Amino acid sequence: MLNIIRTSLRTGRVTVPYPEQSETGACRGRPHIDPDRCDGSSTCAEVCPSGAIAVTRTASGARRWQLDLARCVFCGLCEEACPLGAIRMSADFELATRSRDDLIVGVTHVPRDTSDAREENPPAVAVGSATSAGREDLAASGNYLGSRIRSLLKRSLHIRHMAAGSDNSCDWEIAHLLNPVYDVQRFGIDFVASPRHADLLLVTGAVTRHLEPALRATYAAMPFPRLVVAVGDEACGGGVLQGSYAVAGSVDRCLPVDVYIPGDPPRPQAIIQGLLIALDRLEPKMKRVELRVDA
Amino acid sequence: MIVVEEVRNELFAGLRHAVGEAALRRESGREVSITVPVDRLADACAFVKGNLAAPLATMVGLDDREQAGVFRLVYVFSVDGKWVSVETEIDPARPRFPSATPRVPAAHWYEREVQDMLGLIPDGHPDPRRLVLHDDWPEGVYPLRKDFDPTVPVPRVDGPRHRFHHLHGEGIVEIPVGPIHAGVIEPGHFRFAAVGEVVLHLETRLFYTHRGIEKLAEGKRFDRVLQIAERVCGACSLSHAVAYCQAVEAIAGVVVPPRAAALRSFFLELERLYNHVGDLGNICAGVGFAVGTSQGGRLKEEIQRLNERLTGHRFLRGVCRVGGVRRDLDAVHLRDAAQTLQKVEAEFRRFVDLLLATDSLMDRMIGTGAVPFEAARDLGAVGVAARASGLDRDARRDHPYAGYDQLHINVPVRTEGDVRARAQVRMDESFASFALASEVLRSLPSGPLFTEVGDLPPYRIGIGVTESPRGENVHWVRTGPAGSIDRYRIRSASYCNWPIVALAVPGNMVPDFPLINKSFELCYSCLDR
Repeated sequence: MLNIIRTSLRTGRVTVPYPEQSETGACRGRPHIDPDRCDGSSTCAEVCPSGAIAVTRTASGARRWQLDLARCVFCGLCEEACPLGAIRMSADFELATRSRDDLIVGVTHVPRDTSDAREENPPAVAVGSATSAGREDLAASGNYLGSRIRSLLKRSLHIRHMAAGSDNSCDWEIAHLLNPVYDVQRFGIDFVASPRHADLLLVTGAVTRHLEPALRATYAAMPFPRLVVAVGDEACGGGVLQGSYAVAGSVDRCLPVDVYIPGDPPRPQAIIQGLLIALDRLEPKMKRVELRVDA
Repeated sequence: MIVVEEVRNELFAGLRHAVGEAALRRESGREVSITVPVDRLADACAFVKGNLAAPLATMVGLDDREQAGVFRLVYVFSVDGKWVSVETEIDPARPRFPSATPRVPAAHWYEREVQDMLGLIPDGHPDPRRLVLHDDWPEGVYPLRKDFDPTVPVPRVDGPRHRFHHLHGEGIVEIPVGPIHAGVIEPGHFRFAAVGEVVLHLETRLFYTHRGIEKLAEGKRFDRVLQIAERVCGACSLSHAVAYCQAVEAIAGVVVPPRAAALRSFFLELERLYNHVGDLGNICAGVGFAVGTSQGGRLKEEIQRLNERLTGHRFLRGVCRVGGVRRDLDAVHLRDAAQTLQKVEAEFRRFVDLLLATDSLMDRMIGTGAVPFEAARDLGAVGVAARASGLDRDARRDHPYAGYDQLHINVPVRTEGDVRARAQVRMDESFASFALASEVLRSLPSGPLFTEVGDLPPYRIGIGVTESPRGENVHWVRTGPAGSIDRYRIRSASYCNWPIVALAVPGNMVPDFPLINKSFELCYSCLDR
């Protein structure tokens, strides 16, 4: 017993005060596109293992480059492959959104001779990129959570986790939320065994054929109000598993999803951010990005 | 230690005796391949397994109807650091083969899988039920046949229900659990037959997370398949990536540069460490020892943060590439790694001392979930589960890869086979891993990070093996035309060890199941693919 007390005293406090403070470290987060360097060629799209990057041609002859962060596996191969250095992997990991649409980054290259409407289009400006500007908002949302949960759900938030065919990396990161470093219970959030006790369904994986009935049954067993959060690239957009005979492709093909948390897997802080967004209904950092370049 | 040439000669002479003149022999590099007629398949497998005491490493079914008009089965055995493959051809007009399982019990799941995925029926298999595909999958649709079109949705049918083994008798209660469990873990179904608190029988129904990964790899370029191999599993990402790369490198005839080989070993040891340290914490969770759970979780987090600082990824994805590695360590990284590992090792030592000195924890672990040596050997246990039951095998030493031929591999073995033995093996291995990791850091060779891999020769076979934190992973790869992958068989450590869990539980109390399960700490995703 003395040993146990001594161990605890020696260890001290190890909890990371996220979201008040956040260290991004050297994590491989969101790829950023430099529209002025991008020539709309498809080198990056060819190496992308999950089809997150697509280059298409519009009817007017413009080329459209598009990155879908829901499908991105954050491997960095596009950064290595781009001969123009137009893609840079950043450490932005707070990518959770309420809408699938907000995970799209598009760049349209309009040929000069057809850009009659040039005057009407604003110059290429990145909007909604994940910066530290929203830090105070997020911290405030953490503090505000207790009252918010009470007003919204009349009790603390209970989560039912469901692995719907993931590679277990997302599930390990969710399990890490309960360790003393992330300690998600400090927000009044806890995990429960039964979906009947749960307010929120936290789903990982591209939903395998063998688990789809269980996923639907779990959701059906939950009381109202209920939320669904998709965690990880496979749950958000299928990741590298798209096209397999054994998966549905993403959670939103089976259930209505309230919050998407991209990442392969998302870091524990990114999952906390997504849970806070799901609860407090504040604006997430990611917004749909549409850039226009006159080529 | 038997000399390889002797093995081959003895093997071939014995095989001629066992299966007759019809056996054909082919050799290349570290692989010996013997083709036998289908009716002598079981004899040949039993001979290799029995006479050479060779464990079954993997078994692959192939649809070669287009090229050769046959289905093919390849049973791969591990003999003295080499691979011995027993091959047979099956006529598509009569898609059956005599099961080797009655004589080579470790083949039991492979043969059931071949039946599900390719429609080849193992005659005389003691348990020919479905394994990978579940009840609502239609009869006669075989996803690994080449004429299966993955773009056409497979309908759900109201098929016959899976037949569980039922035990009948006064006081016997059946307890179904899963596929969704109470905690944050992966899905699987367990069915206990218990009398009072004591489990009489445990049956598992797994493969809920089957994602069709082997089919997904077919026809894709070899470098793209690496991105899939890395995502077979989270906690063994790097072991799978390295095993796949080694298989492809064997086909390409590429030698990984010394610095890349050493870095692979270093990162693989980091993977072992974060898993083992975390698993010891999880064992504490299995008995409700909260301080142990917290300490294990905290130390695991330290190592995963180091992973992220060194490679950009907490699970070490993106480290490996075919031909070498993608990430280098600079002076800052090396200092950070040395300091962090030193600090974590000291704290891990105190953590282990605390566990060993906590009587209430030891009391639950000693004698619980014992696996006898014979069961571990016959079912082909690997990794910690094998070494805790007296089976001395470790791929790092038995099939040296990456930089392990340059390192001193200490393989701790215990004989009790219980939860405590598995925990103790993890503790001893973790200390050995700390030592290995520092050994690599001290003697990191300089030089390039990868060798360029050119065109791959078509229809060649490569085998890659790694010792993941859970045990030996064997990746069997055959190339197709234009640098594509034609067949990819992933045999994870969990594939060998899940059947052992079902053997370890009977005789124990139902509440000890989580503890026993955590002492194996197997992946579902690695298994189900």
